[in-house]
Amino acid sequence: MSTPRQIITPKFEVNRRAALPPRETKIAVEELNFFYGRTQALHKITLNIPERMVMAFIGPSGCGKTTFLRTLNRMNDVIPGTRVEGMVAMDGQDIYAPVADVVELRRKVGMVFQKSNPFPKSIFDNVAYGLRINQLTSSKSELEDRVAAALQDAALWSEVKDRLKSSALGLSGGQQQRLCIARALAIRPEVILMDEPASALDPIATSKIEELIVDLKKQYTIVIVTHNMQQAARVSDLTAFFLLGKLIEVNATELMFTAPDEKLTEDYITGRFG
Amino acid sequence: MTTLTALCTLVAIGILAIILGYIAMRGIGALNLRFLVDSPRPVGEGGGIGNAIVGSAVLLLLSCAVGIPLGIATGVYLSEFGGGMFSSVVRFLVDTLTGIPSIVTGVFIYAVVVLRMKHFSAFAGGIALALIMIPIVARTTEEMIKLVPHSLREGALALGAPQWRVTLGVVIPAAASGIATGAMLAIARVSGETAPLLFTAFGSRFFPRNLNEPIASLTVQIYNYAISPYDEWHAQAWAATLVLMTLILGINILVRFLTRKKF
Repeated sequence: MSTPRQIITPKFEVNRRAALPPRETKIAVEELNFFYGRTQALHKITLNIPERMVMAFIGPSGCGKTTFLRTLNRMNDVIPGTRVEGMVAMDGQDIYAPVADVVELRRKVGMVFQKSNPFPKSIFDNVAYGLRINQLTSSKSELEDRVAAALQDAALWSEVKDRLKSSALGLSGGQQQRLCIARALAIRPEVILMDEPASALDPIATSKIEELIVDLKKQYTIVIVTHNMQQAARVSDLTAFFLLGKLIEVNATELMFTAPDEKLTEDYITGRFG
Repeated sequence: MTTLTALCTLVAIGILAIILGYIAMRGIGALNLRFLVDSPRPVGEGGGIGNAIVGSAVLLLLSCAVGIPLGIATGVYLSEFGGGMFSSVVRFLVDTLTGIPSIVTGVFIYAVVVLRMKHFSAFAGGIALALIMIPIVARTTEEMIKLVPHSLREGALALGAPQWRVTLGVVIPAAASGIATGAMLAIARVSGETAPLLFTAFGSRFFPRNLNEPIASLTVQIYNYAISPYDEWHAQAWAATLVLMTLILGINILVRFLTRKKF
């Protein structure tokens, strides 16, 4: 099998007015169009996502932010009748190239869903699932260590360490969502995609998830879709604003919410529509 | 409205209770340990249904071994991998198969298996019963697997699981208790079947020695005794009916116990 063609990714540049640390581009998206049957959901999206930062996608319902997020780990492949044009490159390799391995991609790009979706298995088996199917551990003790480490990283360990064998469905909503984050972290991905991970949670559980996100960006590249602009302001370094399937603006979060470049962004943020 | 529905429920359950009670009343008289382990004897000498109990168990095992895997595989195909013209046709055929009278299944197996082999056999009986099980298992499996939320599949796919591992490791276990209920239903259904066994397994008055010869079954034994002119055999038919119903109830409870929701 030949390797996918190498793509020269543009240097990641942040707005000079914002004080952000220098980073390499992790994911480069160029002229991406996406179709559900004949309906075009995304129009010519060009965007660079830097490594080890949090990028938030905001925009009104139906603007395509979730669809776009799902193009980054080819999760839309499972929906019949969808089609992608353009290019998405991760570490300089086209993930939609015919030779690209989608299973390998999804191992590198973890995903946390809007509604927590633990498997109807034990807490331990949930976290161990990704490790087992990808055969990432060679012994039982290594598996146990990796599961414990993932639960610790997801700030869930102290709450579940005495009941790893009990059902994951017995956890509270916030715990289930952190379990899903632990499940994603266990296989040590490089990128974590989060689709409104706190939308169904109460304020305390939400703040736990948000703290976790800020903590995780030291190691991971994080992309988060959110409906909640305060949340985007709290957790993200960069914000991208989508409207009607188009990318309107990408900017440093601090500037996005104080002095956006685009009139449409300002209208949305100040609540004039959406 | 509540009263009306409660009344209807009472009538339905009442009829069931009367049937069960009547069978118990008529059957208990001839029932004893010898009856359960002996083979049949000529009229007036007692005898039992031991061979029929063993025969029914053998036939049931044979039909499960063939019918349940095929049925589950068909159901999984229809819900997880089907979707085109072909699966619509398969689904229609499966539905049609469910509606085929069991005697027709018996005649069919007689024509294609018994006539070829030139003798009745346990094999033929097992295949006939399996043919009745497949559509029941297939349709319940399909429905149960469709109930598994899509988000579970996506969760597994997002961890880098290939489609077949998602189906085997997440989807089927999540639907397991439903699938088991379907298999259960099929077992309960075929363990009461007489017609497809009449000219496939045929019946026998001896304990089964191999699968290539005619084999006794509780239902055929009940049929043969019930149409006989002897009071003793009538009493034995009632007792055999009681045994059959108890066994079916036992299977039901056992499977419920084995597939109770762990998670």
